[in-house]
Amino acid sequence: MKVHVKVNGVAYERDVEPRTLLAYFLREDCGLTGTHVGCDTSSCGCCVVVMDGARAVKSCAMFAVQADGHEILTVEGLAEGGKLHALQQGFWDQHGLQCGYCTPGMLLTSYALLKHQANPGEADIREGLAGNLCRCTGYQNIVKAVQQAAGTLGQPVAANT
Amino acid sequence: MSTQAKPLHSVGVPMKRKEDPRFIQGKGNYVDDLSFPGMLYLSLVRSTYPHAEIKNIDISEAMKVPGVKAVITGKDLEAAGLGWLPTFHGFDKQMVLAIGKVLFQYQEVAAVFAETRAAAVDGAEAVQVDYAPLPVVADPFTSKTDAVLLRPDREAKTNHIFHWEVGDKEGTARAMASSPKRIKQRIWFQRCHPAPLEPCGCVAYFDTMGRLQFHVTSQAPHVYRTALSLVTGIPEDKIHVMSPDLGGGFGNKVPVYPGYVCAIVGALKIGRPVKWIETRTENLTSTGFARDYHMDVEIGATEDGKVTALHVATTADHGAFDAAADPSKYPAGIFGIVTGSYTFPVAHAEVDAYFTNKAPGGIAYRCSFRVTEASFAIERGMDILADELGMDAVELRKKNFIRKDQFPYPSALGFTYDSGDYHKTLDVALEKIGYTALLKEQAAKRARGELMGIGFSTFTEVVGAGPSKHFDILGIKMFDSAEIRIHPTGSGIVRTGAKSQGQGHETTWAQVVAEELGLDPQNIMVEEGDTDTAPYGLGTYASRSTPVAGAAIVMAARRIREKARKIAAHLLEVGEADVEWTDYKFQVKGVPSKTVTMKEVAFAAYTNMAQNEPGLEATYYYDPPNMTYPNGAYVAVVDVDRDTGETKVRRFVAVDDCGVIINPMVVEGQIHGGLTEGFAMAFIQEIQYDAEGNNLNTNFTDYLVPTSLETPHWETANTVTPSPHHPMGAKGVGESPNVGSPAAFVNAVIDALSPLGVRHLDMPLTRDKVWRAIRDAETRT
Repeated sequence: MKVHVKVNGVAYERDVEPRTLLAYFLREDCGLTGTHVGCDTSSCGCCVVVMDGARAVKSCAMFAVQADGHEILTVEGLAEGGKLHALQQGFWDQHGLQCGYCTPGMLLTSYALLKHQANPGEADIREGLAGNLCRCTGYQNIVKAVQQAAGTLGQPVAANT
Repeated sequence: MSTQAKPLHSVGVPMKRKEDPRFIQGKGNYVDDLSFPGMLYLSLVRSTYPHAEIKNIDISEAMKVPGVKAVITGKDLEAAGLGWLPTFHGFDKQMVLAIGKVLFQYQEVAAVFAETRAAAVDGAEAVQVDYAPLPVVADPFTSKTDAVLLRPDREAKTNHIFHWEVGDKEGTARAMASSPKRIKQRIWFQRCHPAPLEPCGCVAYFDTMGRLQFHVTSQAPHVYRTALSLVTGIPEDKIHVMSPDLGGGFGNKVPVYPGYVCAIVGALKIGRPVKWIETRTENLTSTGFARDYHMDVEIGATEDGKVTALHVATTADHGAFDAAADPSKYPAGIFGIVTGSYTFPVAHAEVDAYFTNKAPGGIAYRCSFRVTEASFAIERGMDILADELGMDAVELRKKNFIRKDQFPYPSALGFTYDSGDYHKTLDVALEKIGYTALLKEQAAKRARGELMGIGFSTFTEVVGAGPSKHFDILGIKMFDSAEIRIHPTGSGIVRTGAKSQGQGHETTWAQVVAEELGLDPQNIMVEEGDTDTAPYGLGTYASRSTPVAGAAIVMAARRIREKARKIAAHLLEVGEADVEWTDYKFQVKGVPSKTVTMKEVAFAAYTNMAQNEPGLEATYYYDPPNMTYPNGAYVAVVDVDRDTGETKVRRFVAVDDCGVIINPMVVEGQIHGGLTEGFAMAFIQEIQYDAEGNNLNTNFTDYLVPTSLETPHWETANTVTPSPHHPMGAKGVGESPNVGSPAAFVNAVIDALSPLGVRHLDMPLTRDKVWRAIRDAETRT
């Protein structure tokens, strides 16, 4: 089947098997390997991308054909003009990653989170990231990374709980 | 000569990681990201039965699936002499693809090669296997009876794999018998799985020179090269192993798995690159599990709480093959550390391992070979003893700690603990958690019938295998290595035999080299994982990178400094004996104005070296004189809901002593991650099998990984007691939180339940299990 998907602003037209998952479409048909696959049950969130600007989706739980006509943002599209996105900077500054495998999904989920809630507190971020697993960091520095990007790092937690 | 503007302190600095820019931009290079022209995909047919005879394998339908190129079975491999794979342990072998029968559910039965990932899976679905079920042995206690012999392929016609023991059996029995106080408890450390987020996988192909190019998720690429050469007969120079970015490992990526061998065989047979990437289910059901130790812990003590004897007898479930990946002289790993942080005058530990119809493994999951089990046994045991004595758990620990002035301390089970200050580390933790106030709060809550617990774990780890006289894998001694090259312009590259899986070696190794040589860590590149370029090493697991490869880096850098000193003497126009290394540069002794930097020396090494040998590089193979003994004091505060059994870790303080710290940010990150994995084992994780041998936890909906919601907030601190024998005073740290924390969580929950008379519960402490314990206790009273 033919699908037309705009990924990171670039239009891709590809002929895919109907059963092709969006994750593998991005990785293998578009060559964007920053989107990872870590499980078979849509549990881990390594594959999260953003659809149509603000909706975080697990790309392993969507067929490529379902993305036909939509815009997808992947980790490769976060930095603009050679400048890291505030979330990328936050993850780097706050040691929000170790092996890096969950990081793209964490970044994209956080991106959508901030689109919906500009000033999330720790509790909001923890809730927002509950669909993304990390085996290395224990989440604490990931939360700080998102807070840095949102400009809420160091603000009292009580204000948000 | 110029002087440097400022000293270049690199070690001890929370330097941001050099590897991060690629990871945060989706430019990581994991094995599934690799693609080669003509690449085929491999999918494995797996057994649906835990124990069954294979009557027939029909591949005809699979071969009709569009895109399927080939199917191989155990018979094909056996004919090629590749039917079996030696386990790293050295005492056993493992079927690559089932031969004659299957021994565990999800065992590899056939390999299907196809043009696409999907076609390979379709092909695997179409392979018809006729099984004749055999009786299942689902636990080691049934296995012990030998009523069903699982491994007739072995010479010894028994399910018993080994008996291992250490210590003074008779002396311990005597001391135990004459101890006025004794406790005995069966403690089961349940079967867990490391579950790195990136599953295992590889890409194999033979290049135009007929050389095997093998990209693989390996924590030990050099050992893989040697093992593959031994298994396949391909000369070792014709094998190139490359371990790219790894999405976590935690011990899971140490063993060689059947999928790897099948990929290589397929690449050879079909003449095209083959990729094999396991699914999460395959990862959880067939690759190296951890723990599964049933430990009978017995501690003797005086009336006033001085420990007199320790005996631990363990029944171990190793699954279908003995693939524990322990050093060859240590079938039960370093379980002898079970005397922990305490001065046991006499001890005896023994382990008996058995085959069962479960996945093979028993690997060192974020743990220096069975140290997690040992640590849990003693830290749980000490709490049970405190309960028996009616003594505060802190007081009991302090009374029995190895004192600061007793190091180096020879333990009853043969270890020489290098350094520590256990009293101080615990005091820091008590202060940070506010123990006195917590005790008051707990007393008030207990008076109201509320359940609140304070749990301790004051563990000692043993990491950095290891001295070659003790430790080897497949006969290869467990040294490690480093090679440093300093370029003419003062930048450089360091390569080691270790392999980062997220630990941050690209940053921390650069810091070590920079510290030793007075160079800029931003311009020290770190490369690992490529057996063509890196010096031979045993890899990264068992917290051995910093103790062994890290030490090799320091020693190689010091070799460079010695060579540089000669060139510095030439540049400073003095004799070599008149040159000293001070404040990160060479200086004429007593003349602070006459200095030369390493950068200047590096340039001279290529442009103006006088009579000295040109170039500036060094290699060092480091054979550690001893292990390092990181330790810590952890405190958990847990509230238990009496009505629902729900547990809430309200606070957790971790004070770690890992000696000299290279990068405090990285160390803290490791502690956070390890505590989270410990939390998972304590409360939610278990690979369960039912009585028929069915695996019940085959994916992340059943085998739970804590999310950001339930993971507690971690409070960390450090004490620093340098290792006296490590050239930088450093110890390993990555595993301490995983080793030390489970007991703190469990001790806290049991402390909370102790007013109800509960003395022990096995992990995981699920809501259901805790609720049942409360209900049973309340029914009793």
